[in-house]
Amino acid sequence: MGLRTNPKACYRSYMKVDLTKIDQIINQIIDKYKDDEDVPYISILQDINDEYRYLPEEALYRVSQKMEVSMSHLYSLATFYKCFSLVPKGEHEIQVCMGTACHVRGASRILEKVTRDLQVKPGKTSENGKFSLETVNCVGACAQGPLVVFDGKYVGKLTLNKIEKMLGGNHEKDNKTS
Amino acid sequence: MKKITKPAELEELRKIIIDRRDPDKPSVAVCCGTGCLASGALEVVSSFEKILKEKNIDADLDTRITGCHGFCEQGPLMVIKPGNIFYCKVNQHDVEEIVEKTIMRGEIIERLLYVNPVTGEKIVREDEIPFYKKQYRLIFAYNGKLVPTEIDDYIELGGYSALRKVLEGISPAQVVAEVKASGLRGRGGGGFPTGIKWESCYNATDSPKYLICNADEGDPGCFQDGYLLEGNPHSVIEGMVIGAYAVGSKQGYIYVRNEYPLAIKNFGIAVEQARAYGLLGENIMGSGLSFDIRINKGGGAFVCGESSALIASIEGNVGEPRDKHTHATERGLWNKPTVLNNVKTWANIPIILNNGAEWFSRIGTETSKGTMIFSLTGKVNNTGLVEVPMGISLRDLVIDIGGGVPQGKKIKAVQTGGPSGGCIPEHLLDLPVDYEKLTEAGSMMGSGGMIVLDESSCMVDVAKYFLAFTQDESCGSCFSCREGITRMLEITDHITRGQSSLAELDLLQELAEVVKDASMCGLGQTCGNPVLSTIRYFEDEYRAHILEKKCPAGVCRELISFRIDQELCNGCRACLKKCPEEAIQGEKKESHNILQDLCTKCGICLETCKYDAVIKE
Repeated sequence: MGLRTNPKACYRSYMKVDLTKIDQIINQIIDKYKDDEDVPYISILQDINDEYRYLPEEALYRVSQKMEVSMSHLYSLATFYKCFSLVPKGEHEIQVCMGTACHVRGASRILEKVTRDLQVKPGKTSENGKFSLETVNCVGACAQGPLVVFDGKYVGKLTLNKIEKMLGGNHEKDNKTS
Repeated sequence: MKKITKPAELEELRKIIIDRRDPDKPSVAVCCGTGCLASGALEVVSSFEKILKEKNIDADLDTRITGCHGFCEQGPLMVIKPGNIFYCKVNQHDVEEIVEKTIMRGEIIERLLYVNPVTGEKIVREDEIPFYKKQYRLIFAYNGKLVPTEIDDYIELGGYSALRKVLEGISPAQVVAEVKASGLRGRGGGGFPTGIKWESCYNATDSPKYLICNADEGDPGCFQDGYLLEGNPHSVIEGMVIGAYAVGSKQGYIYVRNEYPLAIKNFGIAVEQARAYGLLGENIMGSGLSFDIRINKGGGAFVCGESSALIASIEGNVGEPRDKHTHATERGLWNKPTVLNNVKTWANIPIILNNGAEWFSRIGTETSKGTMIFSLTGKVNNTGLVEVPMGISLRDLVIDIGGGVPQGKKIKAVQTGGPSGGCIPEHLLDLPVDYEKLTEAGSMMGSGGMIVLDESSCMVDVAKYFLAFTQDESCGSCFSCREGITRMLEITDHITRGQSSLAELDLLQELAEVVKDASMCGLGQTCGNPVLSTIRYFEDEYRAHILEKKCPAGVCRELISFRIDQELCNGCRACLKKCPEEAIQGEKKESHNILQDLCTKCGICLETCKYDAVIKE
């Protein structure tokens, strides 16, 4: 059974999966958990997701064969848990915190602004593969709300003008050249 | 690192650690909790290291990277010894001055001191700040004092002494009895008596038995569990080892939210260090007790904070809750007896064993014992983590410790319990923090989220926000939850657009009750609370949306409009340039106008205008 992902989205030129490397990585990851009594599929998928920033179809097939687990089970995990993605992520990842504290301080306007400026919807990657936008339910830095996590770095106490500066020049140039 | 082979050796090790350290050596403790990191604490630390090296005095001073001090609003924070000087909102450019003046010459830099907003007085010492003064810190006592990645720090402060005491001659049954007598209740939200849970697992005949620490803190606006793991991971490990001894478990799991990378990292380091000292693993302190902890990262599903869904997730499945005909203490993880407790519950255990159940049960109210940590957030001056004894009034918590609402606005309500809780209105703020009292008021204790709402927060919008959250996070297995929340969200959406009727409001209430009654797990059973509590206390706001098509707080976009005051506008064109919809017209130096047809009410003009000429109505 194959994954019902969009193959075009999966194999864009900017995120080609190195097929020769994939076996080596999967073996290493599976080896790490070989002494466990139970089979931590989720941990294995998380490690793969950390490595590639998404779950390449080939990697899931490999896990399925090696661990003797059905593809449908792996697919159900990959779609249930938000930390997994079946499509490659853009060069930069932006997570807009939508926690309650951020919400009452105007997170939805921040999200709207990012969506408009980068021309990308939450959960998607921009056409040129530069930006992936996600919402997150709370990153636990409520004092800094509203905030976004830009490539792992927290940028807090945002205003609409501040977010424009943060995204500044960067996105405009990129979008024009694409 | 030498392994501890008998309980008495712990005290010897502690003496060695104390002897090795010079109590008079100057130190700088920089808070590097997630909150302070977000405001640039790491840059401050590296700046310190660089400057100390340049001046060649890095050996004379300890730069300590500690966990959260609690006062996130003022971050990055630091405490300098000697003198316990507290500096706040420090940035990397202040560091050189701090080294030259405070560290080398003992001078205090006035600019970096905390200013009491009420009296205008500058405060030098951390413990004199009102935010800290009125707290009662038990679980959080050492957060900020110890370096979480150094087990020696924890041992120096008396860490693992409760475990030593237990292994030196308290029987497992006595430990269970002690926890039961303390009156400790689950800190994850439900408030089930911990001792009874332990006793049930202790009595279970099946084996092996498992322990789980629930650190899947999914409530939005809630971060105390993550910060406790970041700042003092050993207190949780010690609690779990004592639990393992009491119920007879060999394997524990901690299920941590994936969004807390620092908590995962620090807890992992702590586990390694505890193993190296023989405080975790085979034959702990030579007592014959063997217990180890495995770290499972969560997958970003809120429902996995529910015990049976969390267990399903550890087992490698999707996190769908199960019906609880039998308790997890009899058939939990892999169908074996399991004790599942929240992070804070585990961290309470060493405190209870060290001080005795009798001492612990004197703190708090009749039915709620001990302290509770809240994440105080939202429209409040002192955002941060506060630990207070149970029974303190919400008013003391929000006004005295939290410093009230910013910009002189009026407080409207306090939201506790996250998406499962409700809003407590201003006139009930004298209510004590107590499991039963909060439930009676239509909210719940929850895991410790406390969001302050002021007059600019719309209560219908808050209810809609939580419904959108629970709709997104519902696992979908119960029809009532899957469909019911979607319909409730639809109705609140209609209301916020001014397209609803009073009949629909009745339906909303009915739906909330039905979903509560007909759903299997805690998510569905409590998701109606935000709706029911806001209707109960703020029905007039719902009515204003429905009947007058007005949002009194000025939040709901379809019911508000922006205009430009012709007198105040000087035609600077700043808003015109910023407007993404080109909805603002006007010549330079002449007052501008907003074209209502094009305006999407994004609010950029309001934020941009320096002359307060943009008016929201």
